[in-house]
Order: sequence, then structure tokens, then C-alpha cells
Amino acid sequence: MKPDALLYPAPKGLYCERGDFYIDPVQPVERALITHGHSDHARAGHGHVLATRETLDIMRLRYGEEFCGGSQIARFGETIAIGDVRVRFHPAGHVLGSAQIAVEANGTRIVVSGDYKRRPDPTCPPFEPVACDVFITEATFGLPVFHHPDDKGEVARLLLSLRQFPERAHVVGAYALGKAQRLIALIRQQGYTEPIHIHGALAKLCEYYQSQGIELGDIRPATLGPENRQDLAGSIVVGPPAAFAERWSRRFADPLAIFASGWMLIRQRAKQRGVELPLVISDHCDWAELTATIKEIAPSELWVTHGREEALVRWCQLQGIPARPLHLVGYEDEGE
Amino acid sequence: MKAFAELLDRLVLTPQRNAKIRLLVDYFHSAPDPSRGYALAAIAGTLSLNTVKPALIRDLLLERMDGVLFQYSYDYVGDLAETVSLAWEPPAEVAPEDIPLGEVVERLQKAGRSEVRSLVREMLDRLDTSGRFALLKLATGGLRIGVSARLAKQALAEMGSREVTEIETLWHGLEPPYRPLFLWLTGEGEMPLLKTPAIFHSVMLATAVGEGELDGLDPSDYAAEWKWDGIRVQLANVGGVRRLYSRSGDEISSAFPEIIEVAGIDGVIDGELLVGGTMRSNRATGTFADLQQRLNRKTVSRKLLDDYPAFIRAYDVLFSGERDIRPEPFHVRRGALSALIEAASPQHFDLSPLVPFSNWKELDELRAKPPDPVIEGVMLKRLDSPYLAGRSKGPWFKWKRAPFNIDAVLMYAQRGHGKRSSYYSDFTFGVWTEGEDGTSLVPVGKAYFGFTDAELEILDRFVRDNTVERFGPVRAVRAEPDKGFVVEVAFEGLNRSTRHKSGVAMRFPRIARLRPDKLPRDADRLETLQAMIGPPT
Repeated sequence: MKPDALLYPAPKGLYCERGDFYIDPVQPVERALITHGHSDHARAGHGHVLATRETLDIMRLRYGEEFCGGSQIARFGETIAIGDVRVRFHPAGHVLGSAQIAVEANGTRIVVSGDYKRRPDPTCPPFEPVACDVFITEATFGLPVFHHPDDKGEVARLLLSLRQFPERAHVVGAYALGKAQRLIALIRQQGYTEPIHIHGALAKLCEYYQSQGIELGDIRPATLGPENRQDLAGSIVVGPPAAFAERWSRRFADPLAIFASGWMLIRQRAKQRGVELPLVISDHCDWAELTATIKEIAPSELWVTHGREEALVRWCQLQGIPARPLHLVGYEDEGE
Repeated sequence: MKAFAELLDRLVLTPQRNAKIRLLVDYFHSAPDPSRGYALAAIAGTLSLNTVKPALIRDLLLERMDGVLFQYSYDYVGDLAETVSLAWEPPAEVAPEDIPLGEVVERLQKAGRSEVRSLVREMLDRLDTSGRFALLKLATGGLRIGVSARLAKQALAEMGSREVTEIETLWHGLEPPYRPLFLWLTGEGEMPLLKTPAIFHSVMLATAVGEGELDGLDPSDYAAEWKWDGIRVQLANVGGVRRLYSRSGDEISSAFPEIIEVAGIDGVIDGELLVGGTMRSNRATGTFADLQQRLNRKTVSRKLLDDYPAFIRAYDVLFSGERDIRPEPFHVRRGALSALIEAASPQHFDLSPLVPFSNWKELDELRAKPPDPVIEGVMLKRLDSPYLAGRSKGPWFKWKRAPFNIDAVLMYAQRGHGKRSSYYSDFTFGVWTEGEDGTSLVPVGKAYFGFTDAELEILDRFVRDNTVERFGPVRAVRAEPDKGFVVEVAFEGLNRSTRHKSGVAMRFPRIARLRPDKLPRDADRLETLQAMIGPPT
């Protein structure tokens, strides 16, 4: 069958008419398949949700027990039939529980990759390339300027700054789900054993990651209430990206603003946000990884969901790969 | 190159002066010669390279990249050197390696016009992203990292536990890569001996008159002069070499060729650079706004020379011929200076006149009502004081005219940097004006200091609780006749401005006081400010 008949963009999200389900819908629907727990992909209020166990756990943590009418766990590699459509979940390497979803009917297979990355991540299984007719990719960092450096070097710069400025609290902004835990795990991998302090918004998710066997070491709350003020000079404090612009960060000793994100590659971005130490650590593919993935999977057609789709589509043209943007709305351009 | 590139990356994003100094000191300690010397030169603006045109680096990238993809990338990043450094993909067979900064600079200096292209390409292939960025910024000649030559000298002083005046004195006799300077600073060598006699000498600075400070001083021990609103300069003519320096020792000779041409005064003099006419030519002294037309230029057009002729109002002399007369008392130096100026070009030099006074009260009155609008106060100099480098308290005082004050209404606020990144600490304020749609506020300035920490807490809370609109990092706050926040703004002067909607630009504005007792409707009007400038000239 023609791929557009199997899956197409509708106002509420990517829709499969034959199975009557949506993938990562941006509004409440009867039946949703969710790739991963980030809030622009996983929203509350659907009738029925099919996702990995971890993604369901994360949705429950974020939205409460009543986050959907009913749920079903999808195991990696297991085929699930929805009407005469078969779906299968594969690791996406983006955050804990993240999956690509392969949708297949009448000999046509489309892989919805959700958000994904190709680098090793101590907090989740690696991306698995799946042969398909249509590969649907994000393009968050879909511009030739994005070449993310090695994570180790970035973490080393953080540790160097701790030695250079021991009188300052190193306040790191990192997305609460995935980035924060990966960053902490990366810091631990480099042999840093001091306590790492976290903002309250990260507590439940970090605890959940630890319960899944991911080593985060000695983690403590950054704030203990007004009677127990600590200035945390020379310590690492991790909080959601917006937190260091807030009054919250004032209690710390001369806070040094750090932000862990793929966007930090662009100096002006860092400067605009008042970031002093940008750490280029991304949970998405950079340009080289995006293009290498497309070459590796070699789909007969590429659809691009969100990000800088025009550049990726142009690259596909030059490579002779049919490609088009899907113009889905509701996903955060910022991605991280 | 890696260490230098990392230093640049950090400096660009580090707002605090002391943190910048620490980064520089750490770098100077750890980087080898000659790399650190070239880094210093690049930062202080003394590095001469055959610069590469931006078009060339764009062409180099386009050799390997689709033009459309390049355009998307450049549009997104906005900076050519950064776009190229990020998008550059070295061929797989080239192993990345670090090239010492010293080697980069020396090869760029040696390369002929036809070799530059392939040299830059080769180095781009070998360096990593940050290294490529540093290379391109060096090669295109625009570092722009928010570090002045002055700050770099401060870092050198810190590195060697020396006074910054010692560095300034040596500075112009040394050249990149500054090996003897670093050896001296690290204690591995003697203080460098200058081939030419020291050319720039650190200037003597005054301290501000504090409350009641003059009461214990005898007026007859002091001479008074007007404090002119120009820039402090030092003019040297030693051994046939003529140089004009700013007060921090930056050479500005090429911006003032007319002064250099007639600088026949044998020795080193200290004075105020102004535009307009000297007293001896009986023409009016130009304002600071006029002088600004001549500042920060590498070269100067005929028209500017005619419209804004520069001159020096001299007030001290450090060397008379080869003789160092700094140890002589002020009144003796002044006598020598007077003779030197007498013999110099009357269009380009005059002597800063003394202001006769018999007691402090009389001088205070003169200070409040100076005879010329370009005067911003008085200077007091002890008659027996030698010329001392730097700022010591006692021999010289500056006693400025009181600042202007207006009441203005807070309109916009932006978050600060560094320590203040969680505070709304940069404020735009406005005054009332009558427009087509009735009375409204027009912004007249921006200030980010003057308040205490406690006052900042109050301002920050007001901004957070009264935001009416957000534009990126900027918040518009409530500013209506009966709801809003009034601040008293102090400033040193007003200029006409075509760049500002209000038509006025403040010099050195700061928030002097919070006025929670006032309503926005009680704030000043634009006409009040316009009257302070006076009629158009």
C-alpha cells in the first residue's frame, strides 16, 4: 500500500487510519502510541496508551495515576497487532524508555523514530536501525553546523571549572527527564564522587532512574528549606534550565551559570541566556549522525517531523533520496 | 591552539572582570612561549597579521559544501567565522591535531598572498571546532571578546605580582611575542631593558573629594585648575619618535595626525585632548559629543579634521627633553610646561589655566558655576607634589560639578549577568512627553547600577510582580500615571541624539535613589531634559 495511506499527519498528530491510533498526539485521543516521556510527545488524557514500561512509569510520575484511561506495555521487538496493522517498538537511545515505533500493513513498513540519538548513553539502550520503506525522522539539529563534540570533553570542562573557581556554586541547567540523569551519570563515569545537588523538580525522576539500576551516585537535595541554607560553593547543582534565572539560584555562592544542551554549540545562544559555561551535550543526533543514520537505514522515502527540516530535505535531494517535511505542529522546536 | 581557543570561548561568556583576569592568568601561566605572547598580542590588539578577507573563508567552505545548505547555516548562526568553524568537515584521512598558536601566527605572518588560501584550508582541516573558530577570528582580525588591552595588562600584573603601572611603562617598548616580559613576570628573568627610552609613562590620577575632606586642608597648599570634559592623553616626542597615548597607554597617534605633525615639544607632556579652538586662538572649546566624532577611529578624513580640529590643553610635564622632571614639585613642573607650550603651535596647544581662589567655599561656588559648558568641575593639585604614577590619595583631587538629576519611570527591565543573572538589574526608564496620541512615556536611558543590593531586591520584586509583556529576555513593566515605579536618575551630561527616539542621550546614567513615594505622573517631562541641553547649536 502507499505509505500515505498507512500513516499521515492530522491536526491531532500522526494518524494511522487502519488501526485508528495516533503516534505522540498533541491532543487527547482515544488510542495513542507514545515514543517517549518528554512532555511534548507524552501528554495526559488519552483513552488508551501503548508505550514501553519505562515511558508509562514516567507518565505516571509526571501526571499521576490517572494519566490515561488504560495502558498497555510494549516490549522491544514484540509485534503487537492493532486491527490488521502490526506495530513494533525498538530502542531509540534518546532517554530511558524511548522507542521508535515501526508500523506495518500490507507489506509497507514505516518507522516513526520519535526523538533519537546515536551516541552511547549510560542511561538507556542504544538506537537500533530498522529497515523500512519510510523513515520518519526529527531534525532538531538538522543543520550542517551541528557537530556535537565528545561528551567526555564537555564534562571535563565542567570539572576543570570546579577547580578553577572553587568558591562558586556550579549551577547546571539540564532538562529534567533524561538530560539531567545522563549528565550526572557522565560526571560519575569520570570519577567524580562528591555529592551532586539537585533541584526539587528533578527528584522523582532521578529516584526513578536509580530504581531502574542507573548509577547516579550520591545525590542530595540542593535546598533544605530556609533554616538549612547551604551555599554549595565548589559543588555541582543540577536544576531545570529555567531555574537559574529564578530566585532559587540566589541562595548559592556566586552561581556560575552552566547549561547542558546541544544548542550550546552556538555562542550567541549561550550569550543570550547568560550562560558562562556552555556544555554541548545533546540527546539528539547531530548533523553527521542524522545523515549517517539515513544512509544506513536507506529508506525509499524520508519524512521529517520537526526541527530544521528544510536543510535535511535539501540534503536528501542532493543524495537523490525522496524526502518531505510533515509540518507537524505542537512539538517544541527547542527539543531540549 | 586548543588552550587559546578554550580561553577565547570562556572569555566571551564570562561577564565578571575578576573571573576574566583569573582565566587570563591561568592561561599565561600554563601556555608556552611564544604562544602565550601571541595570545596576549591578539587580545591587546598588537598582533599584526596579513588579514584574510571574510569572502575567502566563505569560498573555502563552499569548495566542500552546497550553497543552499551554507545559506541555511549562516542564516541560523549569524556569524561567518562561527558558521565555517562549525560546518567544516575535515577529510577522513586528516588526523586532527593541535597546532600551537605560535606556529599558526608565524605561518600566517610568513605566507604570501597566494599561499594564504591553502594555508588556512590546511589548518582548518587539522584543528578542532574551537580551534577553527579561534583561527578564523585571528585571521579575519576581529577577536571581539570583551577584554581590553587594559584588562590584559591587569592580568599580567597579577601574574607577576607587579603594579599595572610597571606593565604600562614597559608596554610600548616591547613587542610580540613578549618573551622577556613573561620571563620577568615568572621570575625567570630580569626586568626587560627597553631599547628606546620608555615611551609611555603611567599617568598620575586624582581621587574624588569626599564629604568634608577638604576641611582639614590648607587652600594655600593647592593650585586649582578646571576639569575639562575631554580625554586624558600623554604626548611624547623622544629621540625623534612622536606618540600620542590614551591614559591607559593605548596608542592613538593615527587618529590625531594633526597633533603628531606639530608635536615638536621635546619631552613628554600630560594633558586633556579636546576639539574646537585653543584659548590662544580665541575659539570655543568643543563638547565631549564633538570630541566623540574623533574617537575610536583608526584613520581620519579631511572633513573630520576640518570640522573637529583637535588640540591639547596641557597641564603637566614628565620629561623635559631627556630629563625626568617627575620628582620636581608641581609648581616647578608647571613653570617648565608653561615655557614649552609658549613655544608650541598656538592652534594645537594651550596651557590649562589656573583658577585663583582663597578658600574652599569660594572654589565650591566656582565649581558649581563654571565659565565654560565643557568644564565638569575643578582639579586640586598640591603645589609641592611630585608626579607619581597611579592613584595616591592626597596630592591630586578631582572635585566634580554635581550631577544632573531627574525623576523617571521604569519601563523595561532585563536580567543581569553573572552574579546578577537571577535579578532584573538592567533598567530602561522614561519621561513623559506629549505626542499625537496624548501623553506617553518615552525612554531616555538605561542604567544598571547606582542602587544598593537591598534596593535591587525591591526593583527585582517590582519587575516580577508587574510584568505586562515579555520580549525575549526583556520585560515591559507597568508604567501608567498612577501605577508604576519612579526612580531618581543621576547623570553627568546630556547630548542630542538622532539614534534615540527621545532625541537625547545621557552620559553615565545611574539610579541614584528609589522614589516609591512618588507616582509616575509626578516624574519629569522630556521638555525638562531638552532645556538642560540648551538651544540647538
